[in-house]
Amino acid sequence: MSNPQIEIQLIAALVAAACAIPGVFLVLRKMALISDAISHSILPGIVLGFFITQDLNSPVLIILAAGTGIITVVLVERIQKTGLVKEDTAIGLVFPALFSIGVLLIAKNANDIHLDVDAVLLGELAFAPFDRLLLFGADLGPKAAWIMGVILLTTLLLLYLFFKELKVSTFDVGLSSALGFSPAILHYGLMSVSSITVVGAFDAVGAILVVALMIAPAAAAYLLTADLKKMLWLSVCFGVFAAISGYWLAHWLDASIAGSITTVLGLVFLLVYFFAPNKGMLSVMYRQKQQRTEVSLLTFLLHLNNHQETQERHINHLREHINWQQVKANTVVRLALDNNLITITDEVISLTQKGLSFTQTALEYIITNKDDKIEHLKDDFFLFRG
Amino acid sequence: MSITEYFDLLFTDYTLRNISLGTAVLGIICGMLGSFAVLRKQSLLGDAISHAALPGIAVAFLITGAKDTNILLLGALVSGLIGAFWIRGMISKTHLKSDTALGLILSLFFGFGMMLLTYIQKQPNANQAGLDKYLFGQAATLVTSDVQLMVIVTGIALLVVLLFWKEFKLLLFDQDYTKTLGFNTKFIDILITFFIVLAIVIGLQTVGVVLMSAMLLAPAAAARQWTNTLATMVILAALIGGFSGVFGTAISATQNNLSTGPVIVLVASFFVVVSFVFSPTRGLLFKQIRLLKNRRDLQLKKTLQFMYGIAQTHENIDHPHTIRILNNFQGFTKKSLRKMEQNQWILLNKQQWSLTSKGFAEAQNLFNQQPQHE
Repeated sequence: MSNPQIEIQLIAALVAAACAIPGVFLVLRKMALISDAISHSILPGIVLGFFITQDLNSPVLIILAAGTGIITVVLVERIQKTGLVKEDTAIGLVFPALFSIGVLLIAKNANDIHLDVDAVLLGELAFAPFDRLLLFGADLGPKAAWIMGVILLTTLLLLYLFFKELKVSTFDVGLSSALGFSPAILHYGLMSVSSITVVGAFDAVGAILVVALMIAPAAAAYLLTADLKKMLWLSVCFGVFAAISGYWLAHWLDASIAGSITTVLGLVFLLVYFFAPNKGMLSVMYRQKQQRTEVSLLTFLLHLNNHQETQERHINHLREHINWQQVKANTVVRLALDNNLITITDEVISLTQKGLSFTQTALEYIITNKDDKIEHLKDDFFLFRG
Repeated sequence: MSITEYFDLLFTDYTLRNISLGTAVLGIICGMLGSFAVLRKQSLLGDAISHAALPGIAVAFLITGAKDTNILLLGALVSGLIGAFWIRGMISKTHLKSDTALGLILSLFFGFGMMLLTYIQKQPNANQAGLDKYLFGQAATLVTSDVQLMVIVTGIALLVVLLFWKEFKLLLFDQDYTKTLGFNTKFIDILITFFIVLAIVIGLQTVGVVLMSAMLLAPAAAARQWTNTLATMVILAALIGGFSGVFGTAISATQNNLSTGPVIVLVASFFVVVSFVFSPTRGLLFKQIRLLKNRRDLQLKKTLQFMYGIAQTHENIDHPHTIRILNNFQGFTKKSLRKMEQNQWILLNKQQWSLTSKGFAEAQNLFNQQPQHE
C-alpha cells in the first residue's frame, strides 16, 4: 500500500465517522432528507465562497457554505409554518431552487473558476491527497484529512457534552422542553453540525455520498438495535467499514471511489435489511407467518372447545369445516400436538387439560381484552406480543 | 438573442422548436402527475426516483452497449420502479420511516449508478461518452424522436388519468373508503406510482436527476394555492408546468451560458413564490391583510363595548360624554372614532361622543351579551 492509498482510506474513514454521528440523530428525528437538501443547497454557498477565497478548502468557504445549509433549514421551516404546503414539499421546493442558482452561478462564470457541478455532486476522493496542508514549509498531510479530523473531533466533543440533552430531545420533545433544554437550540445545533459536516465532506466525497454516509449506516444500525449508544457505535463501524472496503472495490474496478463506497454501504444495508434479527425483512415475514398460524391454531382450539360431539371433532371434518388447505391443517394440528394442547384418539381430536386451560385464558383475553391474562403466554407465542 | 427573436425563431429553428416543445410537454406531464404526488404526500418521491433511475441507465448501456435513448430510458424506468416499490416495502415491512427510506434509495442507488458510470467510462469503448447528460440534463440534445416520445407518453398518461379519474381521486382523499367500495387500491396505487416514475424518467434527459423533483413539485405546489378542486389543480399545474418550460427555455436561449434545466426550475419556483404570496384565499399577503382587518375590527368593537359600559350607567343612552373619559382605555384612536361615526354607532360633537341607538344595539349583540332586562 502506497502512502496516498493510506491517506485516501484515512480521509474516507474520517468522513464516514463524521457523517455517521449526526446521521443517527437525523434518522431518529425523521429528518433524514434534510441532509439531502443541505447537501444540494450548499452549492451556491460554495460558489460564492469560492469567488471570495479562491480556495476550495478554506475555512471561510466552509463556514459560508454551512451558512447556506442553515438558511435552507430555516427556509424549509418558514415555508412549513405558513401551512401552505407539507414539510416534504417545502424541502423539495427549496433545495432545487438553491441548487439551480448555484449551477447558474457556475455556468455564468465558467471561465473564471475551476469548479464544476460534477465535482461538487460527485467529489473525487482520488485527488484529495494532492492537496497538502503546508505549515511553515512542513508537509503535515492532506488538507482534507485535517479538516475532517477537526470536524469529527468537534462532533465527538459536542456529542459527549450534550449526549443526554440530545437523547431526551430526540425521543421526547415535550419532556426535554419541560426539563429546560431548549429544543430549538439543540435542533439548530444539530443542523449546524450536519451542515458543516456536509460541507467539509463534499469536496472529498461529493454531495450524494454524504447523504449515503449519513443515512445508510444509521438506518442499518437502527434495524439492529434500539439502544442509542449501540446505534452510534454500530453506524460508525458500518461507515468506516464501507469506506475502507469501498476504496478497495474502486481500486479493483477502477471506478469512482465515492460510488464504490456507496455501493458497499448499499450491500451492508441490504444484508442487514434482510437478515437483521427481529426487525429485518425475513424475520418480519417469519413472524407474520407464525402469527397467521397461531391465529389458525386459536381458531382451531376454540372450535374444539365449542363442540363436544365426536363427528365435529373428526380430523377429516375439520378440513372442510374450517375451510383449510391440507398443508395448513396439518401444520396447525401438528403445532397443537407438539404443544400438548390436543390428543388424537381414533382420528377424533380432543383438548387436553393444558389445551383446555389455554383456550379458557385466550377466550378470557378476547372477551376482556386485558393484557395481564396473557403475560405468561407471550414467551411462547408471537401472536400475543403485540 | 432577444425574446422577440426567440419567438420568431421558435417556428423556424429546428433545435429551438424541439427544446421548447420538449420542455413544454415535460412541464405539462410533470404538473399533471405532480399534483397527485404532492397530494399523496409523496413530494420527495420524485427526488428519490430520479436518482434511483441512474443505475438503470448504466446497466442498460452495459447490457446493450448501445446509446439508444429509448433503451436507456427503459433501464431508467425499471430501476426507478424498483426504487419506488422498495421504498414502499421498506416503510411497510420495517420500522424505518419514509424519510429514511427515501434518502436511502436516493443515495444508495445513485452511488451505485455513479460507480457503474465511472466503470463504463474506463472501458475501452468509444461509445460511452454522453451518458452523464442524464445527470444534469441537456435540453439541447433533444431531437424530434425524443419529443415525439414525450408527447406519446404524455398522451397515454392523460388518457389514463381521464379513465381512472374517479379512482385516483377517491384513493387520494380516502383510501379506506376506496377499499370498502371494492376498488383494487393496490392496482390503482401501482398505476399512479408507475406513471409518476414514467414522467420522471422522461424528464431526466431534459432537466437532469437533481432538478427533476422540482419539476414535479413546483407546478403542483403553485397550483394548489389557487384552488381546492382537484380537476382545477391538475389543469392549473399542467399549465404552470408548461409555461415554466417555455419561459425557461426562452430565457436560457436569450442568454449565454445559461443551462436550460436550472432556469426552468427557477421559473417554476418563481411561480410558487408568486402563488404563495398573492393567492387570494391562501396567499400570505391576503392572509396578512385579513389578519390586520380583523384586528382593527376587534379593536373597534372593544371601544364600542367600553362605551356601552359607560352609556349603561346613564338614563338615556345618547347622553354625551367627553372623549377624555376614554383615556383609561387604550384601544382607540381618532381614526377609529371617525370610523365608528361612519358606522353610525356614535355621534361626535367636538370633544364629546354619544352612543346612537344603532351603536347601542350593536354593542348589545357583541360577545353574546344578553339584554339586561331579562
